[in-house]
Amino acid sequence: MSSAKQLILSSLRRSLRREQPSAEVRALLEQRLAAPQANLVPQRAQLPHAEQLDLMERMLKELSASVVRLPSEAAVPQAVADYLKGENLPPKLRMAPRDDLRALPWQSQPLLEVEEGIAEAEDATSLTGAFAGIAETGTVMMASGPEAPVTLNFLPENHIVVLRASQIIGTYEEAWQRLRAAQGRGVMPRAVNMITGPSRTGDIEQTILLGAHGPRRLHVLLVDDRDAVRTGD
Amino acid sequence: MQSTSRDFKDNARAALANQTLQKAMKHVKTGFIDKRAKARDRLPEFDDLRDASRDIKDHTLANLDFYLERYEEKVIASGGQVHWAPTAEDARKTVLDICRRVDARVVTKGKSMISEEIALNQAMEEAGLDVVETDLGEYIIQLRKEPPSHIIAPAVHLTKEQVEADFRHHHRELPPERPLSEPLQLVAEARQMLRRRFLEADVGITGANFLVAETGTSIIVTNEGNGDLTQTLPRVHIVVASLEKVVPNLEDVSTILRVLARSATGQEFSSYTTFSTGPRRPDDPDGPEEYHVILLDNGRSNMLGGQFQDMLRCIRCGACMNHCPVYHAVGGHAYGWVYPGPMGAVLTPNLIGVDEAGHLPNASTFCGRCEAVCPMRIPLPKMMRHWREREFERHLSPTAVRAGLAVWAFFARRPKLYHVAMGLQARLLGYFGRASGRFDALPFARGWTKHRDFPAPEGRTFQQLWAEKQSGKAPR
Repeated sequence: MSSAKQLILSSLRRSLRREQPSAEVRALLEQRLAAPQANLVPQRAQLPHAEQLDLMERMLKELSASVVRLPSEAAVPQAVADYLKGENLPPKLRMAPRDDLRALPWQSQPLLEVEEGIAEAEDATSLTGAFAGIAETGTVMMASGPEAPVTLNFLPENHIVVLRASQIIGTYEEAWQRLRAAQGRGVMPRAVNMITGPSRTGDIEQTILLGAHGPRRLHVLLVDDRDAVRTGD
Repeated sequence: MQSTSRDFKDNARAALANQTLQKAMKHVKTGFIDKRAKARDRLPEFDDLRDASRDIKDHTLANLDFYLERYEEKVIASGGQVHWAPTAEDARKTVLDICRRVDARVVTKGKSMISEEIALNQAMEEAGLDVVETDLGEYIIQLRKEPPSHIIAPAVHLTKEQVEADFRHHHRELPPERPLSEPLQLVAEARQMLRRRFLEADVGITGANFLVAETGTSIIVTNEGNGDLTQTLPRVHIVVASLEKVVPNLEDVSTILRVLARSATGQEFSSYTTFSTGPRRPDDPDGPEEYHVILLDNGRSNMLGGQFQDMLRCIRCGACMNHCPVYHAVGGHAYGWVYPGPMGAVLTPNLIGVDEAGHLPNASTFCGRCEAVCPMRIPLPKMMRHWREREFERHLSPTAVRAGLAVWAFFARRPKLYHVAMGLQARLLGYFGRASGRFDALPFARGWTKHRDFPAPEGRTFQQLWAEKQSGKAPR
């Protein structure tokens, strides 16, 4: 053990007027780490799933994000092209290297240039998936990995997210349950990004402005995949 | 950071006379308060979440040694490194050693009050590093070579005209005739200037709002996205965090996050809450190759188990200063060190000594708003009183104050004499003040009446009025 660590730990224990916690206390503490329990969870998002979708959409819009609901994944390329045109943005995308995004009917949009990979300085718009949508605060949760480069969430000025209805949950606690189920207990991806609206600042005279350093626009394509989930497609 | 807390009185006097500062501070008096109140009203469980958050931190502090060791194990298991730093000097040295080893030239930084506390920028600049603050507020004050005046809005003491002048002075490569009077133009210019710096940085340094023992995770809560670019793009990410930032698990941190943004900016949730665990994984396409956490003590372990332990629950939301009439009047710089407002008045003497910062706990009207809004329910006024007692015990308070208190104590210990004296005083002041209803000068209280009038009493004391009322004599 480093002497600095020893110094700090003994100072803490001196202040706490004890040596190590007793075996009994230790067992309780280990339990708190091994099997985390939810504390008080607000009622707001503890709703039937359809209402969680509505809450998600409402909260996103309140945050100055934009939302479009799509009947199926196949509608994504058209919706992306429409959005870029509507915002007067170049028809060019840096897309997360995901099989499901790659499999979309991009050939239906011949004018749209789609490249995969991490974000480069000159990329104007990124398209990513998500790990979950948390209705409580309209938060989109990203879990980094080979299919989810973190730079796509922050470097481009415009960020388009494909979020499936089945990924929408009520609360942060449910998100951790899902993440533990996917990754294993006590294991995190390198980065989990909870994104709640576009980048903003209030540093100049408390005027709230969008697009400080991260994306100026956050656009969510909310895809209805509930039939697919129900039929196990 | 060099403290000027000894000069609080002079600092405050200068701040009150500074018209530009007073103009800038107008935004603080309303903006933060209204936004927090709205956010609180929207969440019925808000006050219960404050209780839950307090309990989580109390539990963690009672077992801080255990959770820190478990946290360290998890960081190492995810490929990161933990450096324990008993003092500011140790922390600075560790950062410089890492920068030297990786041959760093440009270092970007997210906003970190711990980095201000340990005067990291100065040390890095002296070592020849090119240090760039990337939070807009921090960037502005770095250009001005000023310390932050608020823990979450470091440039809140400035007007947009001042920022425009600074940008014109420092961004010489841009066309001088460009329009720059609107906040939007200023934000766009800062974005443009900092973009290149993000991409060329070798090391990124951030603070941490929380550390999670369950997973070995550090968390930053931001709105601009600068912190994420700072920690994602360079080869090395260094987190500087004080040791009380640790919480047990992700559920615990979720509870506290629900009160953090609402108390700070009145947002339901900040734009970016980022959970970082270790360096880039073998199949990750981006992220830093090295991940270091510097765990700073700097006096905090001594606060544990004593009168000031509750202060270690602080999550640095800034609500106490946003609601403080003294902070509103004098701004953050008057406090003379990193942490202003009520939380600074309690924390600063703990970290730099009551001899140096003894004025700060006196800079309070004890109105109690800070405690009323604190999401972690920290009894700030009570702890300021503890400091006043210590200041008195150590004979640091001025002779006039001590003499005044001695006179008052003499009467206060003799209730009969006290009532007679107070009754006489009320009659006298009532008599002499009946014409104008106020005094613009009083003997022994010139310091007080210099800045405001003393209202003349009606001629009787409260206790007399109360006694009359109880016996039914007073008109209802």
